[in-house]
Amino acid sequence: MKPAPFDYAAPDSLEAALALKAEHGDEAKFLAGGQSLVPAMNFRLVQAALLVDVNPLAELDFVWPDPAGGLRLGAMVRQRRLERDPLVARHAPLLFEAMPCVAHPQIRSRGTLGGSLAHADPAAELPVIVLALDARLRVQSAHGERWIPAADFFQGLFTTVLTPEEMLVEIALPALPPRTGTSFLEFARRRGDYAILGVAAVVSLDERGGCLQARLVYLNAGDGPLDARQAAELLRGRPPTPAAFLAAANHAAEHEIAPTGNVHATPAYQRHLARVLTRRALAMAVERARGGSDPASPA
Amino acid sequence: MNARHAISVTINGQVYAREVEARLLLSDFLRHELGLSGTHVGCEHGVCGACTVMFDGQPVRSCLMLAVQANGHALLTVEGLAADPNQLHPLQQAFRDAHGLQCGFCTPGFLMTLVPFLAENPNPTEPEVREAISGNLCRCTGYQHIVDAVLLAAQRGNLGAASRELD
Ligand SMILES: Cc1cc2nc3c(=O)[nH]c(=O)nc-3n(C[C@H](O)[C@H](O)[C@H](O)COP(=O)(O)OP(=O)(O)OC[C@H]3O[C@@H](n4cnc5c(N)ncnc54)[C@H](O)[C@@H]3O)c2cc1C
Ligand code: FES
Ligand code: FES
Repeated sequence: MKPAPFDYAAPDSLEAALALKAEHGDEAKFLAGGQSLVPAMNFRLVQAALLVDVNPLAELDFVWPDPAGGLRLGAMVRQRRLERDPLVARHAPLLFEAMPCVAHPQIRSRGTLGGSLAHADPAAELPVIVLALDARLRVQSAHGERWIPAADFFQGLFTTVLTPEEMLVEIALPALPPRTGTSFLEFARRRGDYAILGVAAVVSLDERGGCLQARLVYLNAGDGPLDARQAAELLRGRPPTPAAFLAAANHAAEHEIAPTGNVHATPAYQRHLARVLTRRALAMAVERARGGSDPASPA
Repeated sequence: MNARHAISVTINGQVYAREVEARLLLSDFLRHELGLSGTHVGCEHGVCGACTVMFDGQPVRSCLMLAVQANGHALLTVEGLAADPNQLHPLQQAFRDAHGLQCGFCTPGFLMTLVPFLAENPNPTEPEVREAISGNLCRCTGYQHIVDAVLLAAQRGNLGAASRELD
């Protein structure tokens, strides 16, 4: 099908784009990669009076190491760039590891980091990654800007705290604490398809090798990226053993995630995947925290 | 809302200047406005890959872009792949030799996905090939012969030589 008619503007500055959004509010939509918006418009699930094409805004396409540690990413960075950038591999191995799972190569050529986060699909990888890493998101409108912690940004199914006037412009990923390992695993029917279930694990060890703190965030396990805090809490202060991983995995799978099932999987199967993937992801994250194998680090 | 936008796009080395409605999809622009019907349309929601073209050197879904967004950019479609109309690009030749197509509906999308892939990775492994084509559907071949064709083309080499590709 074809989209219903709309007006189109491609402003050449962020100020001009924000002014248009301030003027038109909900009637206008930002067009980023278009990889979620255009299919929805083709199906006429979404109609907009005005598309504000933000692709010309090269100033939002950046990957910078933060002098304070961590990484600063522009909202218009293409997913394809995140998949290959050595700075991402070095400073954000969790993001780097998840990138090949985000759709197919042709989609990643266009799709952006900011677009995926603003879209807030519970089955998407990027919201899970920024939440697991405690990213901070900078949003801007014609009237000013604010920083939002990832934990406050996502508000449920395809919903964020962005007001109609606001644009997500930057994502700041903090540096990982010392002795920290990360891991992302998902199960999809085919590489690049939306996964049936996935999990990001972040584990920090103390000086004696015990678990200092952990984070487990799931995709397709609720109405947004799902942070299993109780399961992660079970690991704190414990030796990182297979028994501890199993206890955390069982708790998350049985008590914290809320998978709804879909045409390819029942909720019971999703819970089963959560048990299996959580154990594996924790084991891998701990191994990496100990300085073992890390596919993303340049040797 | 029906305002028309003047655009100028370089496709297969030729410049096309047209006026288009904002909602015209790039795939429809290629096929209906320019008669470049080698780019196929299967699903119009990004799933099948039949509409894949190269946009500034990158493979993209032309059904998920607007024609106005191509203003000032350079595209390569399947029509521009071979050096001249009487020849096949080496990847096309390998598809023919290895039976990488049956009905051929999916083929332009596979080719336009694989040309940039092979330019970056001229000696891929079989799993790498399968991952590269994860976003392209083929209802006929079962994929095995497509994978064979890509490996054959890689083995023969010389893949960049023939195309009228632009950077
Ligand atoms: C076949 C297919 C398979 C896919 N598989 C996956 C997958 O496995 N995993 C996955 O995560 N994604 C998948 N996607 C989605 C893809 O990753 C999209 O790129 C992403 O969801 C949206 O990013 P975009 O830049 O294309 O945004 P757009 O489609 O341009 O925008 C999406 C929405 O966000 C708004 N928006 C965009 N940028 C901003 C901003 N900076 N500030 C405020 N609002 C903004 C838009 O107005 C729109 O409402 C798939 C898509 C397709 C077509
Ligand atoms: S027609 Fe574009 S992906 Fe199917
Ligand atoms: S050859 Fe018929 S769809 Fe691929």
